[in-house]
Amino acid sequence: MAMLHIVNKSPFEKVSFRSCLNHARAGDSILMIEDAAVGALDGTSFSDKLKTAMADKSVYVLGGDLTARGLSEDRMIDGVKAIDYAGFVDLTVENETTQSWL
Amino acid sequence: MATKKFMFVNRKAPYGSVYALEALEVVLISAAFEQDVSLAFIDDGVYQITKGQNTDAIGQKNFSNTFKALGDYEINKLYVEKESLEERGLTQDDLMDLVWEDEDDDWAEKPSIIMVNRSEMADVMAEQEVTLSF
Repeated sequence: MAMLHIVNKSPFEKVSFRSCLNHARAGDSILMIEDAAVGALDGTSFSDKLKTAMADKSVYVLGGDLTARGLSEDRMIDGVKAIDYAGFVDLTVENETTQSWL
Repeated sequence: MATKKFMFVNRKAPYGSVYALEALEVVLISAAFEQDVSLAFIDDGVYQITKGQNTDAIGQKNFSNTFKALGDYEINKLYVEKESLEERGLTQDDLMDLVWEDEDDDWAEKPSIIMVNRSEMADVMAEQEVTLSF
């Protein structure tokens, strides 16, 4: 039962992103939207935590939320996939369930 | 009217919540009352002044250019905390080039951004008479 975890809060401000990573299981997908998009960047105090999770989980970010905050996709952690709203819809279809970490 | 030292503390990223935009509105209002205004950018607030913001894909108004107008309202003390940038993988090069024109110096363009470390930021906060946090 693969689950899509949707995170919308910055990992630098709230613990919801960390809690998501602590509860997501191998084979799950994690999608960063809204303020959570800043978590996609490499070289931050959070990036090692996300890289560890990426060993057995797929990680996505809404590209539009990244560029809105002045951050370009070429600064993302290797392996993070930038998607658009259509890709968001695909993820919800591909996974049996979703969970939003508000 | 007496002039007081006002500081607006910005701690949240733009667009995910309304705090950043609302803070900017209040900052502009305070300028109309000719107060001694400073802005602080700490924690996720540093994302408010990154350069190259493009909100086309999220259907929200890009208000980052408004920061460039602050100098015209004599709001020219924008304190940015180094540690907050570093924790987020950012440097001053990632920020907009915000300037003001000094009428006492033949309208020379001068930087509005003042980089400070955490302890210096605490000192600046301690100097204020009114602090509003967003």
